[in-house]
Amino acid sequence: MTWLADHWGDVWSLLLQHVWLSALPLLIGLVIALPLGWAARRWRTAYPILVTTSGLLYTIPSLALFILMPLVLGTKILDPMNVVAAMTVYTVALLVRSVADGLGSVPDHVTAAATAMGYRGGRRFVAVDLPLAIPVLTAGLRVAAVSNVSIVSVASLIGVPQLGNLLTDGYNRAINGELITGIVACLVLALAFDAVIHGVGRVLTPWTRVAGAVAAAGGGRA
Amino acid sequence: MISNLWAWLTSAENWAGSDGIAARLVEHLWISGLVVLIAAAIAIPLGLWVGHTGRGRWLVSATNAARAVPTLGLLFALALWVGPIIPGRAAFVIPSIIALVLLAIPPIVAGTYAGVEAVDPAARDAAAGVGMRPSQVLWQVEVPCALPLIWSGIRSAVLQVIATATIAAYIGLGGLGRFLIDGLAAGDYPQTAGGALLVSVLALVADGVFATMQRVIVSPGISGRSTRRREIVLAPGKPDASDGVGPVRTMSA
Repeated sequence: MTWLADHWGDVWSLLLQHVWLSALPLLIGLVIALPLGWAARRWRTAYPILVTTSGLLYTIPSLALFILMPLVLGTKILDPMNVVAAMTVYTVALLVRSVADGLGSVPDHVTAAATAMGYRGGRRFVAVDLPLAIPVLTAGLRVAAVSNVSIVSVASLIGVPQLGNLLTDGYNRAINGELITGIVACLVLALAFDAVIHGVGRVLTPWTRVAGAVAAAGGGRA
Repeated sequence: MISNLWAWLTSAENWAGSDGIAARLVEHLWISGLVVLIAAAIAIPLGLWVGHTGRGRWLVSATNAARAVPTLGLLFALALWVGPIIPGRAAFVIPSIIALVLLAIPPIVAGTYAGVEAVDPAARDAAAGVGMRPSQVLWQVEVPCALPLIWSGIRSAVLQVIATATIAAYIGLGGLGRFLIDGLAAGDYPQTAGGALLVSVLALVADGVFATMQRVIVSPGISGRSTRRREIVLAPGKPDASDGVGPVRTMSA
């Protein structure tokens, strides 16, 4: 605790770095995954292709992906954009499936009712399908957020500063307080992301809290 | 940059010797294999026990929550705190192995538990009904039915271990990670990127091998490979042939 008290300012700025390095890819990843997930649902042949490709991308080890990013993007190895891009790749890989499965969890009779009421194409997607997919989508986002926070810390090995610096420096100089601070800060940040996404998901889906409503809609998957 | 990388990868000199690419690749493979075996020996019985008896579900939630622990932090903590009490060269290897085993356990426990949990209760009742003992129900019905999810748990553990073993080179583990860590330290980008490329290919190939093995070891009656014949028999009331082993979300467990 004395270590943390002495270095509060440094920890805070590293924490802020960590927040944007994990949150920005989450947002970009969601924006990219939405149309891809929709396409995976829309066309029967697109689903296996998109899910397999994202599975393969997710297979690449994080440190390797960080290092290979400059070859793909033409950036310098120390550029934080490498981390943002790599994390976006992981997020998209995880979320494409969540979006597709979430849209798939919308019961057919609900879609049919919406169509009968005059909802069509894009409007039905935004007003009916997407809101009903939110529970499955937030479950995927929570997994992505928690794993992003852990993976971002690896970026300290390629010299991009964030909470992982406390881990690397604490280990290199054998300062237990610094290492523990780093681990706890990562845990707290992961839990905070998890709680925020869970909370936003709940606020966006008030109908799930009405007793029996989920069962009535037939969408009790999440 | 790409031509330097290619030169590094194709130079015969880089492949030979005790710290060459071939030796490091073998090292990476056997470390990962050993770790996954140890983790499976711990995690599969645990997952089967929780799934079969329905007791100790908190264990599954606990292993899931443990995934929020940063892998880098776990590696460094073990190296710093366990390393000094181990004599000789093992001081660099044992902490890494422990960390990798700890990271490989959660996905296998989650997969095994979810697999057994998802077994159709009717199949379980039928097995008991024809006079199977609890151990027979477990080994002859629950395990074969749960195999696809157990295997996918092992598959994600394998990927996790291959990736983290790379990072563990920082605390002195051998394997392909050496090229990445030593290359970064020396500012040698061709070596770093070459190592990164090799590790990525290794992960992709390992995943492909495990995906293929899954097709072989899972009973045809479960994987749906024999549905052509069964479809004719079961056609009337067959909403979903793979119902018992459907898309169970391990993360909701």
